[in-house]
Amino acid sequence: MASAGPKTLFQKVWERHEVVPETADTPAILYIDLHLVHEVTSPQAFDELRARNLPVRRKDLTIATLDHSTSTRTDQVFGGAPITVDSAARQVHQLEANCATFQVELLGMRSPRRGIVHVIGPELGLTQPGKTVVCGDSHTSTHGAFGALAFGIGTTEVGHVLATQCLLQRRPRTLSIDVSGRLAAGVTAKDLILAIIGRLGVAGGTGHVIEYRGETIRALDMDERMTVCNMSIEAGARAGMIAPDETTYAYVRDTPRAPRGDEWERAVASWRMLPTDPGAQFDRQMEFDAAAIEPMITYGTNPGMTMPITGCVPRGADDPMFARALAYMGLEAGAPLRDRPVNVVFVGSCTNSRLSDLRSAARVLRGRKLAHGVRMLVVPGSQQVKAAAEAEGLHRIFIEAGADWRESGCSMCIGMNGDTVARGEYSVSTSNRNFEGRQGAGSRTLLASPLTAAACAVRGRITDPRELLNE
Amino acid sequence: MLKLIRSRTVVMPADNIDTDQIIPARFLTTTTRTGLGRHLFTDWRYAPDGTPRPEFILNRPESAGCRVLVGGRNFGCGSSREHAPWALLDFGFTAVISTEIADIFRNNALKNGLLPVVVDGQTSRWLMTHPGAEVTIDLESLTLGLGSGLQVSFELEAFARYCLLNGVDELGFLLQRLPQIEAYEHAGPSSGMSGTS
Repeated sequence: MASAGPKTLFQKVWERHEVVPETADTPAILYIDLHLVHEVTSPQAFDELRARNLPVRRKDLTIATLDHSTSTRTDQVFGGAPITVDSAARQVHQLEANCATFQVELLGMRSPRRGIVHVIGPELGLTQPGKTVVCGDSHTSTHGAFGALAFGIGTTEVGHVLATQCLLQRRPRTLSIDVSGRLAAGVTAKDLILAIIGRLGVAGGTGHVIEYRGETIRALDMDERMTVCNMSIEAGARAGMIAPDETTYAYVRDTPRAPRGDEWERAVASWRMLPTDPGAQFDRQMEFDAAAIEPMITYGTNPGMTMPITGCVPRGADDPMFARALAYMGLEAGAPLRDRPVNVVFVGSCTNSRLSDLRSAARVLRGRKLAHGVRMLVVPGSQQVKAAAEAEGLHRIFIEAGADWRESGCSMCIGMNGDTVARGEYSVSTSNRNFEGRQGAGSRTLLASPLTAAACAVRGRITDPRELLNE
Repeated sequence: MLKLIRSRTVVMPADNIDTDQIIPARFLTTTTRTGLGRHLFTDWRYAPDGTPRPEFILNRPESAGCRVLVGGRNFGCGSSREHAPWALLDFGFTAVISTEIADIFRNNALKNGLLPVVVDGQTSRWLMTHPGAEVTIDLESLTLGLGSGLQVSFELEAFARYCLLNGVDELGFLLQRLPQIEAYEHAGPSSGMSGTS
């Protein structure tokens, strides 16, 4: 229900999109401004439309791409070589067919605009402040970095949005996370969000939309803000949001589908109304000191099991789950992680595959080689990121170091396309989930920043990136 | 239509059972909703060579025919894959009980007739320490009957309950409201991709 008085960013965006407000008996009908579609969570939704003889209601608010199950090998993407995984190839072809039938714009296999949905939405300028954004993917929370209300949905709801451009939604609660202090050298937005999840816990945000606020957040660039909002779901939150400001407008203005001319002026004027009003109430509040954060790494099998890279694996009292996680990871409570051997390093995913992430990894790798026996995959978030990285020569740094430089996609974050970590291997990954088997059956994932991942690749051991940055 | 579930329980005491365990990503390349039950919890159920792990609860004879899964806190965390409830339903489960159920999983479960039942810590402890207990879940009265004769109530979002009890199709409900959706579009600013909110 729209109400008077000071409002939060979330409240303002929510209320602007209520077609019908919620009651005790029925959820709100919430209007969706942007629907991002990919090959994994859409086939059954298009089938539902077909079964009911329904069109896609707002083709102009819907855009599709291929990212999850696509090959990252140049010969397979561009050379016509068959995709390794048959069922993945079928899924790709099905999205191509569905987009043709339902006349949905598809940034297809060879499009220079293809990429991970959460990288290309912002890159195209489709992600804008104040919008509601959904996708059949939990990391849709990424788009909240622009002051959008963005959340992941299941396939049935993908069908609802395709057919009606609306969702039935209960209004979530709000959680303010206020971050102050300057991040130290070698400490990144990834370390910040890992530290936040470590304290909040993997269910600490359930039922809530987080607003990240404070001077530290204001000082982050858009890539960094996306990294923070991206992992909101790893604390169980419905969404993460950051109020738009000059940093946001400067990013959006230069994108191909941003409003132009008078429309741009009107848009910015309306976006300036979005930030949380002084005195607005949140259901919960937390505060963080960014200056105290060190480079972070995960040691367990969920993203809440984080520690400073210089520390020791915590002791989990008598918790059998904790013991199970450490047994899976082959780690000992109370022991340091530093200098433990690493087999695979992955730089990529919707969390950390943007140009600044690649620059960050390249900063460590420049003039260095991967340690003997380490395999490293660098997968840009989009074809645009890839082109931009190549224009400034980053790819040469990766290739000369001995890493694989690939085409864009989700790749080894989810391992659906054949890019996997072998059973028992340790992978230092810039992605977002370290669940058992996430990067391949039996894989052991340690989440970290691109700086840390690159440092681990050079040493072949868990390494504090500050040691290499200072050399 | 789902009104009453009566079944023995299968207990998986782990907290934070994520959707990657329920159905690993390598099985998400399917383009249908069916047949995922055989991959449910596959890396916990089967050794790398494909042989069943006899100690895993779903491989034990007492789990046969059970329709209620009791899990630890924060069940279903992780990805938005609806394949997770599809796999649980295809295997034969019709309800999941936990002290906390992740948001997206809960939504997806409700849309497919898999009942998410959130209980207090005491009830959860009783269920954990009485694996295989015969329980009754009554959607009409929103009560969980424990084998001990004790009844506890649980909460469920009112509209989801109404839809489950009456077989209401949520997409049909939304489609009936197209006039309001059109009115919103005419009044509102959501006029295309280059537009703004």
